[in-house]
Amino acid sequence: MATIIELDHISKQYGPDILGVDDISLNVEDGEFVTLLGPSGCGKSTLLRMIGGFEEPTGGCIRLAGEDVTFSPPYRRAVNMVFQDYALFPHMTVGDNVAYGLKLMGCSPREIDTRVFDALHLVGLYDKLKLYPHQLSGGQRQRIALARAIVRRPKVLLLDEPLSALDAKLREQMQTELKQLQEKVGITFIMVTHDQTEALVMSDRIVVMEKGRIAQEGTPQQLYDHPASRYVANFIGTTTFLPGVTESISDGTTRIAIGGGALDAVADIALPVGEAVTIGLRPEKVRLLEEGEASTNTLSGKICEVIYYGLGLRLGIELAGGARLYADKLLPDTLSRSHVPPLGQPVRLAVQPHNVFVFPGEVEA
Amino acid sequence: MRHFYRNIPAVLVLGIPFVWVVLFMLIPYGVIATYSFWEKKYPVFIPAFQWGNYQMLLADPQYIKVLLRTAKISILVSIASFLIAYPFAYYLVYRCRSARVRTWLYMAVVAPLWISYLLRAYVWKTILGTEGVLNSFLIWTGLVDTPSPIFLYNQFSMVVTLTYIFIPFMVMPIYTALEKIPKNLIEASADLGLGPWRTLMKVTLPMSLPGVVAGFTLTFCLSFGDFVAPFLVGGPDGNLIANVITTQFGSALNWPLGSALSIVMLIVVLTIISLSDRFERRGTAGGH
Repeated sequence: MATIIELDHISKQYGPDILGVDDISLNVEDGEFVTLLGPSGCGKSTLLRMIGGFEEPTGGCIRLAGEDVTFSPPYRRAVNMVFQDYALFPHMTVGDNVAYGLKLMGCSPREIDTRVFDALHLVGLYDKLKLYPHQLSGGQRQRIALARAIVRRPKVLLLDEPLSALDAKLREQMQTELKQLQEKVGITFIMVTHDQTEALVMSDRIVVMEKGRIAQEGTPQQLYDHPASRYVANFIGTTTFLPGVTESISDGTTRIAIGGGALDAVADIALPVGEAVTIGLRPEKVRLLEEGEASTNTLSGKICEVIYYGLGLRLGIELAGGARLYADKLLPDTLSRSHVPPLGQPVRLAVQPHNVFVFPGEVEA
Repeated sequence: MRHFYRNIPAVLVLGIPFVWVVLFMLIPYGVIATYSFWEKKYPVFIPAFQWGNYQMLLADPQYIKVLLRTAKISILVSIASFLIAYPFAYYLVYRCRSARVRTWLYMAVVAPLWISYLLRAYVWKTILGTEGVLNSFLIWTGLVDTPSPIFLYNQFSMVVTLTYIFIPFMVMPIYTALEKIPKNLIEASADLGLGPWRTLMKVTLPMSLPGVVAGFTLTFCLSFGDFVAPFLVGGPDGNLIANVITTQFGSALNWPLGSALSIVMLIVVLTIISLSDRFERRGTAGGH
């Protein structure tokens, strides 16, 4: 695979002390689905807009298929964008919207017709050709925006929070649809989102951003299973953080004392003994032990909170030392009262050492 | 009776404007319309119902000529205002980075509306006259040797003056229309390969058309009824329809003919307004 986008030490400074994007370098391969993930204000949209040509970086270089496009205007880049609120032209029909960018590319009228037909077929809305955007639903408008962007066969398609304006059900459906479409057309997609589920479901690679910098990048699984920092662990999935102190270290396994017990962890970082650390546990990786069941790497506490969320129960458990964590319990296909444990019931928990995240430093308030 | 008291606020809110419109618009228009059918028998006007006044407007070419001249001046004023106002409003909305500069420039255009109309017309007399600023400047630069009278007392000076006076009515609706266009549509157009000029022609201009139409309607109708600028800077062949009407009600002492002219003028203006209204409705129906 060839590199299609090269971001070379890109910075965007808004004022003397305001950095939008801080020295980011990133390569995107041809045909890849990359997601820029982060909370609002982390610089992900600014980065996307710089790739699209809507903003100019204050430092660094952007190369598209080897060509320097850092300062070329949007209309001279083989890149197209799906805007957050679609930006369809209200005074034009769906057909004219999709054909809008084709007339200038030197396409013959017949070719324009064919391409518009193909693009609208791809998103399943050919019958809406003669309608105006205001006559369409949100989901349909989103698909038209998509058709309009891919009809020019760009090298890279940029998507700025493409699903954020849709309702939850439709959003879920569009996630898979978008992913399938990307595989079908084979265009490189770069998407910006603040929704971690969206990022996990759709991307080949996720770039988590924090304050204008890359916090971590990797496949969805890498990020989920091996978050490099508390920030990433907190942003992707649910994680409870507990204070701990390193107790002993032996061949790759670190034993960490947590108020009222201790856990083994496979730590990626070398830490001295007696160091204050933060450990992160995902509720779905913490297993509730049956009575009398034997296991290694356990903790004990008592139930202090029960949350029902359909798929199962999320139990709040207070450890002997007073720290609190969450454990998920999937429910059997027949739910009865007996499966809901009473508050105050003592329980034992087990965690696999590789599911215990260890981060340096104390827990932040 | 209790019912009546409870409705007093509503009666006042709707009643006062209603009475106002009837008293100061409908009745005077009715009076004028009635007069337009009367006969003039010097020195009095005799109540009648006859089309003689209207026939005279059609028969005597000087009235048609003035009407056409008024239309021409009004159209020129509208076009001149548009050519200046659109780039200006475009600059304010899209190019001007500083909100403060934008506010000041906008105010600079709107503020003259609070200055006396007469003063604004007189300003151009002092600029364009033989002793005026323009001539002094031209002599200073050496382009001409003697002051030139060609700038004042003709149709050119009328168009300049009226454009200056009515341009706020072109800037305001265009500015509002441009401001309402979502910025991401401009970006989308650029994204799809269209440069700034093509984007202007295909997105910005069509989408701001309702504002342009409103601006044209306002400047046209206001110029069409103006009689002070022709009086001050128009010169001998600068008479507009409103001046003729003034004469008929004044020195010519022919109220019936003046009334007939007023009615013709009213019909022209109402036609323009209803056409532009229909256009705007269609624009919004297809657009949103």
